[in-house]
This record gives sequence, C-alpha cells and structure tokens, in this order.
Amino acid sequence: MSINWQAFRLTIELAVVVSAILFAIGLPLAYWITFSRWRWKFLVEALVALPIVLPPTVLGFYLLVALGSRSPLGRWWQSMTGHTLAFTFTGLVIGSILYSLPFAVQPFAASFSSVDCKLLAASATLGASPFRTFFRVVLPLSVPGLVTGVVLAFAHTMGEFGVVLMIGGNIPGVTRTVSIDIYDQVQASNYAAANATALLLLVFCFAVLTAVYGLNRRTPNQRSWTIGPVK
Amino acid sequence: MPTPAEPKPANPTLTARIRKNFPSAERAFSLEVEFGAAPGFTILFGPSGSGKTTLLDCVAGLATPDAGRIAVGGRVLFDANASTNVSVAKRGVGYVLQDLALFPHLTVEQNTEYGLTHLPRALRKERATAMLQEFRIEHLRQQRPAEISGGERQRVALARALVTDPCVLLLDEPLAALDAATKSKILDDLRRWNQAHRIPILYVTHSREEVFALGERVLVLEQGRIIAQGTPHEVLRAPLQETVAQLAGFENIFDATVWLVHEDRGTITCRLPGDKAGTFVLLETPLIRAEAGSLLRVGIRAGDILLAIVKPEGLSARNIIAGKLVSLERRDMIIFARVNCGIEMEVHLTLAARDTLNLMPGKEVWLVIKTHSCHLMQH
Repeated sequence: MSINWQAFRLTIELAVVVSAILFAIGLPLAYWITFSRWRWKFLVEALVALPIVLPPTVLGFYLLVALGSRSPLGRWWQSMTGHTLAFTFTGLVIGSILYSLPFAVQPFAASFSSVDCKLLAASATLGASPFRTFFRVVLPLSVPGLVTGVVLAFAHTMGEFGVVLMIGGNIPGVTRTVSIDIYDQVQASNYAAANATALLLLVFCFAVLTAVYGLNRRTPNQRSWTIGPVK
Repeated sequence: MPTPAEPKPANPTLTARIRKNFPSAERAFSLEVEFGAAPGFTILFGPSGSGKTTLLDCVAGLATPDAGRIAVGGRVLFDANASTNVSVAKRGVGYVLQDLALFPHLTVEQNTEYGLTHLPRALRKERATAMLQEFRIEHLRQQRPAEISGGERQRVALARALVTDPCVLLLDEPLAALDAATKSKILDDLRRWNQAHRIPILYVTHSREEVFALGERVLVLEQGRIIAQGTPHEVLRAPLQETVAQLAGFENIFDATVWLVHEDRGTITCRLPGDKAGTFVLLETPLIRAEAGSLLRVGIRAGDILLAIVKPEGLSARNIIAGKLVSLERRDMIIFARVNCGIEMEVHLTLAARDTLNLMPGKEVWLVIKTHSCHLMQH
C-alpha cells in the first residue's frame, strides 16, 4: 500500500490548526451575531455565510490575488518574512479559516441563541456581568453546539480541495493535502494508491464524526451538558 | 449589588412612578403607575396582560421606563429626569421570574451561590448553606433542578434570590403551579425570613384566592393602571371595572341602581330598569361599597342561571324571577335560551334539560339566580 503519510499528516495538522483558530475567533463572532442589535448585522451574517455557497475556486482565486506579491498584504508579508503567503502552509491556514468560518460560527450562534433568555435575565439580576453570564451560563449550555461547530470546521478543512489548489498549489510536505494527493494519483492512473488514501480518509473522517455524535447524542432523560465541563 | 459595607436604609420603602409605552399597530399598550411598597408583602393583582410583569421588569431594570423614578429608601435606581439608570446587575433587586429560570446545568448549591461571587469562597459557602437550611433544602444541595420537585425548585429560586441580600424582592406568580399545602409552607418560610429581613416584597398574582390567602395590601392593576388599592377585603368589595367583566365572559350585563343597602345581611338590592317604560326588576346582589341611588352595572353568566317550570320553594338562592321563554337556539351541545322577565336574559341549558322540562318559546318559567352570581361593576 502506498499511502502518502506525509500528505495525511499535513492535512490533519492543517485541520487541527484551523479548527483551533476558528474556535477562538468563532466564539466572539458568534456572540456578537447572536446578541448585537446593530441594524446592519445582517450584512455581517451574509458575509460569514458566503463560503457556503461560493465555489471554492472563487474564494481561492481572490485569496491568491490578495496574498500574492502584487497586493499590499502580500507585499507587507513578503517584506516581513522574505517570501509570499501564497503557496505556503500559513497561506493555506488563512484560506481554510475563511472557507470554514460559517461551519463553526453558525452552530455556535445557533446554540447561543437557543439558551433561554430568562436565564440571562436571572443571571443579570443576581449581579453577573454579561461577560460572566457568558462563561457561566451561555457557554456551558452551548456545549453540543460548540462541539458540532468545531467538528464541522475540522471535517470541512480535511476535505477541502479547491481553495488549497488555488492558493497552495501542490508542494509536498507544505501544501499537498490528502485530497490533492488523491487527485494526483488519479491523474497518474495510479488507482490503487488513490484508493488506499481515499479509503483511509473515509474511515478516519467517519470515525471522528461517529465519536463526536456518539458522545454528543441527546436522549430525553440524558441532558446534553453532562459531557461538558461545567465550571 | 450592594456591597456589604453599604449602609441599608432603615425603612427601605420602594417608591415607583413608571410610564412605559409599547406602541404597536395592532395592540398598543401603556403602563402608567405610581405606588409605594413598605417592607413586607404588597400584592400586585390583575388579569394577564395587565402589565404586572412589565412593572416588575422595570423595577428590576430588565425593562427601561420612558419616564418616572424608582427608588428604594434613599437609593435611586432609575430617574428619567436625572438620567439615572442603575444597571440590572448593580440594582440589588431580587427577582424570581415566572418560570424560575434556575440554571439547569448547576446544582442547587451552585445556583444558590451564583449571586455571591464577590465574596470569598468560604463565606459564599457559609451564606448559601444558611439560606438552604432556612428554606429546608440543604439535603438537595448536590441535585440539579431537573431532579427535584416543583415546590423544591421554588424554594431554590427563593434561596438564590434572597441569599444576595436584595433591597427589594420581586415574585412573579411564584406559586401558581403548586398545590395549596406546598404553597402555604413556602409562604410561611418566606414570611419568617421577611420578619428578620424587612424589605418590600412585590408579589404578583392573578388569582383572587391567593390574594385572600395572603391577606396583605393589594394593588389592583388593569390595562396598565392601578385601579384600586387596600386590603383584599376593601379591594375585592369594590366594584370591578367592566373590562374585567367582559374578559370573564358575562353574557348578561345590565344597568342598575342601588335600591337598598342591607349592611346586616351583607347584600344590596339593585333595581334594573325593565324593557318597558316604568317597569323594573329587583335583584339581590353581594354587598359592595356603594350608596343607595348610585349607578352600577350587574353581570350574570348565562351558565349561572337556573331555570324552573314551577315556582321553586325552599331554596337558598335570593332571586327567583318569573318570566317567559322567548327563544331557544341550539349551538353544538348547548341550548341558548332567551327569557323575558321584564328584561331579557340569556340562559345556557343542556339538551337534556330542554327535553325533560319540555321547554318551548312562550312557556312560563322562573329564573333562579344566587346573590353571588350577580357581579357588580362600575358603571
């Protein structure tokens, strides 16, 4: 079996980094989307949801332009580090974060807004600041949504192809992810290798999702917050 | 939340003047009230939709009045003129919401300690334990709200609000879902606590029985206005606003004049002008604060009137009036009968009653109406 372990490791690394960063920036963003009363909030919501409908190549193309040496951002990065963002692992991370943003933010926001607003009122009358209310009430009661968001972001990053191809290219050990590797194998009529890698990816993703949904399952008598840390 | 160092006013009376409008195309509503609540219970009584919860929300700071002033003792919580609006978290108002809003992911003990974060851990635990003991739920400290009974949850909600040492306690229909025995035990504990901690308690209810059971000062709220206040006896003896009567579904509403007041019997006799000029019908109704000659309205539910085909004798009902059946109309399983006895009244009967009594238009009948089935309202 000629599984490309290097590509596999790279893909998992990318998915872990991206879902960790998405967790960190997704929480405040989802909080803002849920609780803000700004009248133009819907514009931000639409912007966040854009990658769901946009072809990855469109996003990848604009990212390539934005990260390349002709754009101000690309030039600034190049002057700081000596190389461009495009065709690097960092560039891949930036692209993947944007591409997977709605898959983390939307479940987060949905679970925040499903917390009974009376609990928030009760928390405030007991002297808690919005910040404390968020960490003591909203977050613990949103654990299933948080898990779902992180897992979806992880899985979505694992399987992405278009964005990676556009801004990452195909550099072994740097930007060649599993999906690119499979595509290459098929192009080279190397079906056995493609099958081995594809099967491994399939089993891995299924195992992760099974584990998460299994732990996160809701039954009428079993409250969902029992899996999450409370304090 | 007041810090422990902050001196408490000696007589922390709640004074509130609140105006809040809810402009809405289909159902505009405005709350406009002014009242004071001394330490101890004050009952806020009114039908649903009368603005009780909005009033509590304004005191707690969850809703902002358009105008007015809310203060406890000398401490101003809200003043529209001075642009004072103390935030919810800093008001120190204890609020037990209608469905309690216990934190489902926290234990009874964690719920109770929730409002005490400003204290060191040991003191927090001590205060919470004392409060749990006072409300007899210490044995439940490790349970979660879903695992305890409704009465116990009620006790936790009270303990959680009171442990913060609030300057006012707001209770929104706190005992509505509980049986009478559980209710009175919880009230006893709350009263005992209130003896030691003299703060105003605003207690919202829409149940007349509860008002009588509590027996404290009542404010009657209706459509955003306080329409009466006093002891339950005084307030509930006052004639109702007609809007309540319409909500309560009186099919028969008549103008009436107070004819005779029988203070000794606890009733009054009302004179209802008949359909023909010069005629009238006399009705014995419950005693209210009204003088002979004053104008009122009487409401009688069609289902509260009995119909007899011979003149009944030996009944406790004080009103037995002769009349003639005008019409009978069947709607679903109820017979809607109209009887003329000088005035026309609607009476609801069963199909069986119609058939057994062989009722038909033109038949002579007697209407039997209990004194307490006659509800008096302001004209």
